[in-house]
Order: sequence, then C-alpha cells, then structure tokens
Amino acid sequence: MNSSVIVFPGSNCDRDVATALTNLQFKNKMVWHKDSELPKSDLIVIPGGFSYGDYLRSGAIAAKSNILKEVIKAANSGCLVLGICNGFQILIETGLLRGALLRNKDLKFVSKDINLKIINNENKFCNKYKKNSIISLNIAHNEGNYFTQRDHLKELEDNNLIPFKYCDKEGSINENSNPNGSLNNIAGILNNKKNILGMMPHPERMVDNLISNSNGVELFTSILS
Amino acid sequence: MKFAVIITLKKDVLDPQGKVVEHTLQSMGINSLKNLRQGKYIEIDLNETDEKKAHNIIEDMCKKLLVNLIIEEYKIKKI
Repeated sequence: MNSSVIVFPGSNCDRDVATALTNLQFKNKMVWHKDSELPKSDLIVIPGGFSYGDYLRSGAIAAKSNILKEVIKAANSGCLVLGICNGFQILIETGLLRGALLRNKDLKFVSKDINLKIINNENKFCNKYKKNSIISLNIAHNEGNYFTQRDHLKELEDNNLIPFKYCDKEGSINENSNPNGSLNNIAGILNNKKNILGMMPHPERMVDNLISNSNGVELFTSILS
Repeated sequence: MKFAVIITLKKDVLDPQGKVVEHTLQSMGINSLKNLRQGKYIEIDLNETDEKKAHNIIEDMCKKLLVNLIIEEYKIKKI
C-alpha cells in the first residue's frame, strides 16, 4: 500500500509516522508542502507538530499550502486521509472535517499517556481493534479541545463517526478522564464517508514495545487490511 | 487605506484565557468588572483608495483565512 506523509515547516512527528508506516510494510514517500503533485497514494498522513509555528490558529496556514489543494482533491475522491494532532487541526482548517479544536480547558499543554475506548470500529482505520476495548496512546497538545455545534455532534454520535473517546483505566468516560475539555470526551472524528480520520492522540508513538507499547499498531494494520 | 480587524470568540464558545484574565483582575480588587473576552487585533494596510472595495477585500481575507467562522466573530474598522 502506498502512503504519503506531508511535511510542513514545523512538523515534528513526520519521521516517527514514516518509520511506523515503513515498518508495517507501507511504501512511504515524504511530500514537501510546496510540492504541487501528490505521489500515487492509498493513504495520506498529515503528521503532528507545529506547522508554521501555530501562527494565526493551529493549522490555519498549512491548510492554505500548495499540497493541501491536492490532498483535498484526493480526499474528496475517496483516498484515505489520517490527520494526527496538528494534522487533525489542519484537516479542520481545510473544512474536510467539521468542528473546531480550541485551547485546552485548563490552558496547559498536555503531554501524557491517556486511555481511549474504541467506540466504533466499523471503519477503515479501526477494524483491527475490538469494540469497547481500552487502549493507551500518548497525547501532546495545547489545542485539542474538540468543539462543534449541537446538530453536528448528534450527527457524529448517530452515524458512528466517533472512533474513540478519552476514558479512565476502567473505561469510564467522564469529566475526570477528559484531558482537554473535548465535547463528550471526543478524541477523534471521521467524515461522513469515513475515509478521513482526525485524531489528537499519537498512534505512531505506540508501535514499539521497546519504547512504549504497541497499541498504535492496529490503527495502521487496519488500514492495510 | 488602513483597517483594523478585531477577532473574538463567539459568545457561546468558552474563552478560557479571557476567564483567567477576568478572574485575576477581579482578585486584584476591580469589583466593577462584569465580563471580559480576549481576542486578536490585526492591522492591515491596503493599496486601494475606494473604501467600499477595500472593505470587501478585508471581508474576503477574514472569511478565507483570518477568522474561523465556526468559533470566532470579527469587526472591521477603518483607522
């Protein structure tokens, strides 16, 4: 499977995700933001980091870059697109995913391992996870507080467009297990066609038991299957 | 022609930074403070002499890049 990782000035998780993809047998290419052509891709990854120094709003400037025009075209014709952390913020700014990512509720940059409950696994990104299982991934962000209008929130819940929510070790989804103030503890969302996933946690940091755990592997192997 | 754009979070969107500033000012003894919202201020100098045209250009900038209309609102002022 061919994958492309988009690189912006300020991206800092691009190599991590490229390593994860290559180790899991993706044929990966790095694509610079100024490029105007996208290599043949089955999966496009917009990685985490601080594209353009988070100027104006996180992801706002990257969303207007050259290569994003091609990413939007590919996404609209069904290509799988995964936005992680700043990548999620960029997807929101392009309008490919709806809603907004506000400053964390307690105004602090949060960097820690958190628990996630798999709420919906019937999509291309999560089919290797068991429904209602609890996984541990890492988060590291300042603007991850997901917000959207009430009717859209209902649409997300009703159409199974929320793959995972923040929870505690036992799987309870409540205010105490919400690290950033996200509506309904939402950690990631899909578009209506389920070919675009935006998520704040970093699956690419959890693919090697030597340095963390391997809870992120299934996300990538789901895509391969 | 110079314009100022003032961007603030919409009323129903929580403004945590504004709240912290508000609470700090209240704890400093400024009891008359009712409400405080924090935002962004952008100054733009345009090469355009027609005020209506210039206003439309700024409006376009706001909608396309400067403002996230889901969570923010804006005011344009000639300065």
